[in-house]
Amino acid sequence: MGVDKTQNRKKKTALVYGVNFLLTALLFLLFTVLISSGSLSRLQSNLVILVCINVLMAVSLNLVTGVLGQLVLGHAGFMLVGAYTAALFTKSSGLPLEVALPIGLLLAGLVAAVFSVVIGIPALRLRGDYLAIITLGFGEIIRVVANNLDFIGGAQGLSGIPSPDKLTLFLYSSVLVILAVFLMFTFGRSRHGRAVISIREDEIAAESSGVNTTYYKLMAFVLAAFLAGIAGGLYAHHVGMVDPSKYDFNRSVEFLIMVVLGGMGSITGSIISATVLTILPQMLTDFDRYRMLIYSIILIVVMLFRPTGLLGRYEISVTGLAGKLRDRIKGRSRKKEEV
Amino acid sequence: MSFISQVLNGLGLGSIYALVALGYSMVYGIVQLINFAHGDIIMVGGYMVYLVLVVLGLPLWVAVLVSILVCAAVGILMEKLAYHRLLTKGSPRISLLITAIGVSIFLQNAFMLMFNSDPKSVPTLITRETLDLAGQSISITTLINIAVSVVMMVLLYLLVNRTKVGKAMQATSEDAGAAKLMGINTNRIITLTFAVGSALAAVGALLYCNAYPQISPTMGNLFGLKAFVAAVLGGIGSIPGAMIGGYLLGVAEILTKAYISSDFTDAVVFGILIVVLMVKPAGIMGKYRKEKV
Amino acid sequence: MPLLETKDLGISFGGLQAVDNVYLTIEEKEIVGLIGPNGAGKTTVFNLLTGVYTPTKGAIRFEGSSIIGKKPYQINRLGIARTFQNIRLFKNMTVLDNIKVAMSQNMKYSTLSAILRLPSYWREEKETTEKAMKLLSLFEMEDAADQMASNMPYGRQRKLEILRSLASDPKLLLLDEPAAGMNPTETHELMETIRRIRDIFGVAVLLIEHDMSLVMGVCERIYVLDYGTLIASGTPDEIRSNDKVIKAYLGG
Repeated sequence: MGVDKTQNRKKKTALVYGVNFLLTALLFLLFTVLISSGSLSRLQSNLVILVCINVLMAVSLNLVTGVLGQLVLGHAGFMLVGAYTAALFTKSSGLPLEVALPIGLLLAGLVAAVFSVVIGIPALRLRGDYLAIITLGFGEIIRVVANNLDFIGGAQGLSGIPSPDKLTLFLYSSVLVILAVFLMFTFGRSRHGRAVISIREDEIAAESSGVNTTYYKLMAFVLAAFLAGIAGGLYAHHVGMVDPSKYDFNRSVEFLIMVVLGGMGSITGSIISATVLTILPQMLTDFDRYRMLIYSIILIVVMLFRPTGLLGRYEISVTGLAGKLRDRIKGRSRKKEEV
Repeated sequence: MSFISQVLNGLGLGSIYALVALGYSMVYGIVQLINFAHGDIIMVGGYMVYLVLVVLGLPLWVAVLVSILVCAAVGILMEKLAYHRLLTKGSPRISLLITAIGVSIFLQNAFMLMFNSDPKSVPTLITRETLDLAGQSISITTLINIAVSVVMMVLLYLLVNRTKVGKAMQATSEDAGAAKLMGINTNRIITLTFAVGSALAAVGALLYCNAYPQISPTMGNLFGLKAFVAAVLGGIGSIPGAMIGGYLLGVAEILTKAYISSDFTDAVVFGILIVVLMVKPAGIMGKYRKEKV
Repeated sequence: MPLLETKDLGISFGGLQAVDNVYLTIEEKEIVGLIGPNGAGKTTVFNLLTGVYTPTKGAIRFEGSSIIGKKPYQINRLGIARTFQNIRLFKNMTVLDNIKVAMSQNMKYSTLSAILRLPSYWREEKETTEKAMKLLSLFEMEDAADQMASNMPYGRQRKLEILRSLASDPKLLLLDEPAAGMNPTETHELMETIRRIRDIFGVAVLLIEHDMSLVMGVCERIYVLDYGTLIASGTPDEIRSNDKVIKAYLGG
């Protein structure tokens, strides 16, 4: 019985990995073909890339806010740091863009991670809600400082950033999203991931069970900032400029609402809500005036009535859905037999 | 300007921070919530002044009354509609924080839709003249700000330490469960705390309008953040701490502006927060409370 | 050398001396009780021993070296594990994962091998799962391994918490009112289990308990705490006939 169970579990794991891999590959190929053949308009291609960048932001924020259970209110700030780092590097390194871009993106992630260590250590050592306020302050002030630094363009921002063609950008951003999602899943189901989740569930019990809470809190926070930095680097090369006013508090809140709506701790939820919330405002142009007001009401109502977010911690899985479908069909045929 | 008048200016600005910091500190002391929307209360107060004086053209005392009452009402509504359910259910802290952020964005955007996002000018409330005192030129506004904040602090001190309601507040802050068992209506105390904190922020808003001629829907963002830093610096949960933190922060900000660069004042304030959290997280007057196990 | 030794241990909260002048010694594989009226400071002693609170005076030595100033997770890794008066489980994690969290310190694979799913990840995860299942079998809880901890009935949650504390391979187990909310039959079972745990794992046990039958039945020695100070210590029989103890419990 025990052996059967483990073998079953192994088979199931293999199936899940296989199906997910296949679907991801299909989706990836589909969009690659669509973009390279010119079937998607420039606007549509841009939207696809923007979706990828926002998914990267939402998924990484979910690691801290959903999985670790600590509120971060300056995720756009890490994005800004990454945007400047990558842009300054590709602009001034003198290397050809194919070489400079990957290095620039890596640097973007690393510099954002360094910033997160500096603000994470004082905030995460303490119990309580200091991370929320300190990241809020960081996000606001990094923008003010950038506005006043002349060598990075001051309030005008940084422009003339070399921009690769849309297909290259899509390949970069989609591959990075796939890697990040893979990382989230594998990290979450490891001893490190369990330690992080245990802190969300009960910090005191986690500490008393041998979990170095400060270390793991910092680990999740730094990993999230690293990914946000990379996303910022991508975004800077996507729009060809860095305008500090575009990375304000409202931007951080937009990422937060993606996480909250998708479900705190649900990676698939974040992917879906980031996609929907990126595409929807583009379709409803009149919506812009009321967008933040509606977002704020959604935040409050969701927290009041479904505090873990719309999807909660549930992960949507294709194999799971297929299994349910199969059961239902089986059930129906059984009913027919009974009749 | 001389060093002494800079310091006095700092105290004037610090008085406003102190009044807003009191609200953060009181609410935190009672329900351990960083009420992000508290900074926006001063924006609400500012717009009430604008509405009464400029739009309706009524006298100053009406503006004072309306902004204090409206802010207190907004504080109460905030607690009743957004936080109450989460507080009584013992929801995770992060849900409360996200709700607070939601309330903050809601207030900012509601006022943006009502008054549009352009900054509005507020007329002089009392006077913006300066006084010559022993060779130092000091603005009267600064003196008024300091005086009002000290009076408010004394009133609050009397309320908390000399009245039955104040004793109930202290008890609720110390141990809400035990306070309830002793027959204290803790729900009422929590509501009252939000009301008093918001009313103090309204007084802060009046002083702000008296000192600076412009208001905007997002003015509470950075200002609220700084007031919170003041509360942490002084020791969150402590009333005198909030005052001291406010004054210190105001002085630090004005001195940075005067002697270093006005571009980096916000960064300096933020640096202070990081240093306080590293060196003495309990703040100057506070006691760092460990969670009960 | 005793396993655990405290000397003149005390802590004050803002002028209030909550615990004072506490001398405890616990030998290896001993089962010791810590009793006293409500509010006597028993849980505070646990919090001092596990690093949740830092004592304001006195010494705590574990296996001969001081553990004062160490963080709770460090103390846990040295070999002191605990349960809590009001159960603190990782509610939205499975029963199995609750145990595995506490076993993490014995796992070695790096973050990178976790992310890339290298062989060391699979091997150690498998070993840990097997060890965890074996631990669960102690309370016949293997069938619940994949259930959420919050979905377990109360009694099982208490047992799970004890198992979680055992999962970190402690030398000293601190149990805070393990029988709270249990009926007499369950309490009697628990008594047997505590003895069994001691025999199988070779741990010493210090337990706080209100249920006198449990304390007297299972403990080899008992300490009595009243108003934060020790008023008596000895064998169950000595404690039963101690005047001070009777007065503390009846006279209040």
